[in-house]
Amino acid sequence: MTQLSIIIGYLSLLLILGLFANRFFRGTSQDYMLASHSIGPFLLLMSLFGTTMTAFALVGSTGESYKVGIGVYGMLASSSGIIHSLCFFVLGVKLWGLGRKFGYRTQIQFFRDRLESDKIGLLLFPVLVGLVIPYLLIGVMASGGVINGVTQGRITEGVVTNATFPEGTFPDFLEQGDKGFAVDGSKGGVPRQVASLVVCGVVLLYVFFGGMRGTAWANAFQTMVFMVLGVVTFVIIANKLGGHDSLLANLREIASKVPKEKLTRVDVSKLKFFSYLLVPLSVGMFPHLFQHWLTARSAASFKLPVVLHPIFIMIVWVPCVLIGIWATSNLIQIPPPIQNNPNLVLPFMVKRLAGPVLGGFLTAGILAAIMSSLDSQFLCLGTMFSTDIVTHYAGKNRFSDRQQVLLTRGFIVAIVALTYFFSLFEPRAVFTLGVWCFSGFASLFPLVFAALYWKRLTKAGGYASIVAAIGTWTALFYDSDFAGIENYALEFTLGDSTYQMMPVVGMFVVSLLALVLVSLATTPPSEKTLNKFFPN
Amino acid sequence: MKTFRMSDMSRTLWILVLALIILHQDNWFWTDARLVFGFMPIGLFYHACISLAAGAMWWWATRYCWPDESESSSGEEHSA
Repeated sequence: MTQLSIIIGYLSLLLILGLFANRFFRGTSQDYMLASHSIGPFLLLMSLFGTTMTAFALVGSTGESYKVGIGVYGMLASSSGIIHSLCFFVLGVKLWGLGRKFGYRTQIQFFRDRLESDKIGLLLFPVLVGLVIPYLLIGVMASGGVINGVTQGRITEGVVTNATFPEGTFPDFLEQGDKGFAVDGSKGGVPRQVASLVVCGVVLLYVFFGGMRGTAWANAFQTMVFMVLGVVTFVIIANKLGGHDSLLANLREIASKVPKEKLTRVDVSKLKFFSYLLVPLSVGMFPHLFQHWLTARSAASFKLPVVLHPIFIMIVWVPCVLIGIWATSNLIQIPPPIQNNPNLVLPFMVKRLAGPVLGGFLTAGILAAIMSSLDSQFLCLGTMFSTDIVTHYAGKNRFSDRQQVLLTRGFIVAIVALTYFFSLFEPRAVFTLGVWCFSGFASLFPLVFAALYWKRLTKAGGYASIVAAIGTWTALFYDSDFAGIENYALEFTLGDSTYQMMPVVGMFVVSLLALVLVSLATTPPSEKTLNKFFPN
Repeated sequence: MKTFRMSDMSRTLWILVLALIILHQDNWFWTDARLVFGFMPIGLFYHACISLAAGAMWWWATRYCWPDESESSSGEEHSA
């Protein structure tokens, strides 16, 4: 109950922050969606970092390193340090400049102008929304799982003791699961469906009250919370597991007990590892990052995020990966239900090794990482709907600023409800689902890069690239049983050896080829458009 | 608004980015289970160093390769 009280206190604090940000709201849609371009370097750093680090970074990385060892860091953390900042540098600054000059709020506005096609929005809108939904799903699923995990009772020989909520507190469909209360049910904790709903509600409320300004503030606050508490978690778990007096002695003791295969990458294909480099290109097409880029006060505001982003990634990921491999040591027994669901490794370690008070705060830190991504995604979905669909087709004067804000909120609620509905089904591994989502966005990277740097990109080339990217993504996602096959990869044989690559390679190559070949075969853009986007 | 051209970026930066990407594929530590400082797997330590090197590279880039035109906000700002 102590942990639950702390979690409730933390969620209340976020609501207060949203209400406080509302006092600065200027009443315009420009202010609600882009904080009137007022975000300086520090807030931009924290909001960009907080947005990109989600359940995937904490819950997913710990669970995946528990499964495959330290290779997880190289697959997505160190590569992201290089590639994310490259995207901020090469795409973010330039798009910010164009956004300020031409008044863009969304990617679709930019692509409509650059590709000289009004209807490109009708294709791109469902593609972007469709790809954001799995990203949202990661956060919604993980938040429910984490809260349930830390509030569960202790299970001894199939009997739940010390339950936060005794059996019968909630309706059967919430607490019994398929195999019973103590097997795959709520086990005396807050049912994950209820926990996910509450977290969605809290994020919705502070996004509604605070808009982009509230989101940026909440992101900065939550990023600090999860970075500090992440390091605290690491130290506490190390000291509890090691059993010695000094931290260094504990770290050495635990490392000596980790199986050798988890200290290396013997179970990771080298080509697959290399192909992971394409996955972080996804940040170039994340609609919520585009919106955050546009909030910058000046181009110089990007410098701090560009430099510190790789280092912040290291601060968050290294402890998580170490905790994940520690869970494979014989110093702690991971029960079978947790072994089968790597999403629960981190909450299990926190619950088992930290006291109730500290456990509550550490859980708040994990939730902070999850919610600091959900909020930006919620806001960007609403912004895209109101700007690219409603205002664009109904006309600028059809709706007042206040009505636009209302429409934004209505669409956000609809998408969150849809995501929540999906989250009620069998949960997928956070890491696997995250990689699929990022791969889809990465396959659209050629489009945004060419739009900014290749004059020969044509309208038809743009359409071909999007259709090829989403077509390949859909086919491969279906083939992977909708992320159900966790080690799904593209395989080819050369001689006697079989090689594996991440599915993103197939999507990226097909999208790039379609873009280049169709562009070269069709009429170049008009002089007017080229002068607009390539004045020199 | 002036443009930000690719040529504004130093060729050196692209060489550094490429070098980091090559160094990222550390086949030489693939099966090495040594522990740095007695607790840090060498493969993980190496990649943490890649993260630090990326931070240093991007610091250098913002100092020497930042497009001049983008230092201040565009004078032709659109009021949406």
